[in-house]
Amino acid sequence: MTNVLVCIKRVPDTAGEVLLTADEQALDARFVGFTVSAHENCAVELAVRIGDAIVLSLGPTDTVEQLRGALGVGATAAVLIEADPVGYGPADVAREIAAVVKAHEAEGRTYDLILLGNDAADTGDFQVGIRLAYELGRPVVNGARTVEVTGGIATAHGDGIDGVETFEVPLPAVVTVLEGGVEPRYPTITGRMKAKKTPIETVEPRQEPRGSGRVRLTLPPAQPSTVDVLGEGPDAAAAVVDLLQRLGVAR
Amino acid sequence: MILVFVETGADGATEVSLETVTFARSLADRTTGPVHAVLVGAAPDVTGQLGAYGVAEVHHATGDAFSAYAGAAWAAAVQAVAAETGADAVLAAGTPRGMEVLAHLAARLDVAMAANAVGVLEGGGESDPLVVSRQVQGGAVLEEMRLPERPALLTVAGHAVEASPAPAASEAVLREHSPEVAAADLLARVVSTEPAGPDESGALTSARVVVGAGRGAGSADGFDGVAELAALLDGALGVSRVVTSLGWRPHHEQIGQTGSRISPEVYIPCGISGAIQHWAGCSSSKTILAINTDENAPMVTKATYAVIGDMAEVVPAINAEIRRRRS
Repeated sequence: MTNVLVCIKRVPDTAGEVLLTADEQALDARFVGFTVSAHENCAVELAVRIGDAIVLSLGPTDTVEQLRGALGVGATAAVLIEADPVGYGPADVAREIAAVVKAHEAEGRTYDLILLGNDAADTGDFQVGIRLAYELGRPVVNGARTVEVTGGIATAHGDGIDGVETFEVPLPAVVTVLEGGVEPRYPTITGRMKAKKTPIETVEPRQEPRGSGRVRLTLPPAQPSTVDVLGEGPDAAAAVVDLLQRLGVAR
Repeated sequence: MILVFVETGADGATEVSLETVTFARSLADRTTGPVHAVLVGAAPDVTGQLGAYGVAEVHHATGDAFSAYAGAAWAAAVQAVAAETGADAVLAAGTPRGMEVLAHLAARLDVAMAANAVGVLEGGGESDPLVVSRQVQGGAVLEEMRLPERPALLTVAGHAVEASPAPAASEAVLREHSPEVAAADLLARVVSTEPAGPDESGALTSARVVVGAGRGAGSADGFDGVAELAALLDGALGVSRVVTSLGWRPHHEQIGQTGSRISPEVYIPCGISGAIQHWAGCSSSKTILAINTDENAPMVTKATYAVIGDMAEVVPAINAEIRRRRS
């Protein structure tokens, strides 16, 4: 059985208006829910399909909610590195994940494959997977849509410049996942029940973080609406085609 | 010295790479200067083109190691050129490949990297930390980020600046490099490439006109009108995340933070409310014509033009009007 570690991040679910905290260091999440990115949902799905999936996250205590979400769809164990992610840069996060991987390895719990999302939905650093690979001395494939494992080799497919690219990497390896290759499953009732009962291994961070370099967050200035309403309903068709001709895109 | 990792296509340096070179010039103005470019693997001769954008030297790394793409090997080449030239900063476009190569470089040098920078706020001198502004949260929020180390690494968000030739073009000098690449850096390497179909996302990102459709399409059968409009305008069809999540359309048509980022002349979103996720992928469209039943939908208020109405009625009327004027 292939052991797969899949890393997720608890992020604010910002479908609507975004507000900042008073210290401008984070999003004000009092009025929003939390989720994990679509990339990571696909990574969890791939992990469950490939083998024995163990889910890991660095985040506050409430991250248990996202870890249970992954347990509910088939992950068999969960690890929480309990820390406030605002103070952690991608290099810090990679180092903490690597420390857990090495500690587990020393106990005989090895991970053949580590999956992560391509980039976090909030900070969008695009680095944790690659930095983790260097911490562990493993090869890394970025932006895979699908991953399969056979005979000690991970085969990953992703969109390249000239088409769909195939990578074959020897295990152990790291792969970051892009949404779109697989459809994440929904938790079953029994899955949810099992997730509630699965103990979550909580560990302390090993090192003082170097930080993310964040000075502060700002919101882009709100642009007043300058929309020119051409009309209502199908009667607006002539005005639309006039506009498209003026813009030079309709003959 | 600022080093830019330049990506090329059949027409030379890509538009986003030229934007990155333009961004690098503004950074060079704050520092000690010149802008150099680095290309890895097979590439057309872009020395003249990059010279016009103010690049003083073009470094081209070639060798057997670069016959197929490998992120670590590409980064090793950029690292070798950066070390040889003493680069103060290394920039790349915020493309999947630019991000990947720079993240490898950041890990190899153990320095910070700012993804999706849109501007330089402070610093740039030899020892004062650089502070950049960058997009986070899919572009809904900006972060001011400090880059204290050298070289400072950053990727430039697509369309953060407009690519513009240098006021005074320079005769760029071409320098060939054959960097050594360790076997470990070739483990994760492309072994084969399946050419993309003509209808796949490449068409979406390069189209002059994109017709978008969202939840307002109603069902998997609700896309005939928008597909026809896209065809009448020689454009491409794109959809919102809801549409791909519901399985109405394939993922390669998705526009947004986790789909394609488009920048057409005209974008016509139909029945798309304009959630942040979607806006992240379409905000650099030149003109937006929104068709929506809700006049208060974010897509409508942010659009240049709008029609208030049901796409199922409005779009066929537009198609009929285009056909009528043609006959």
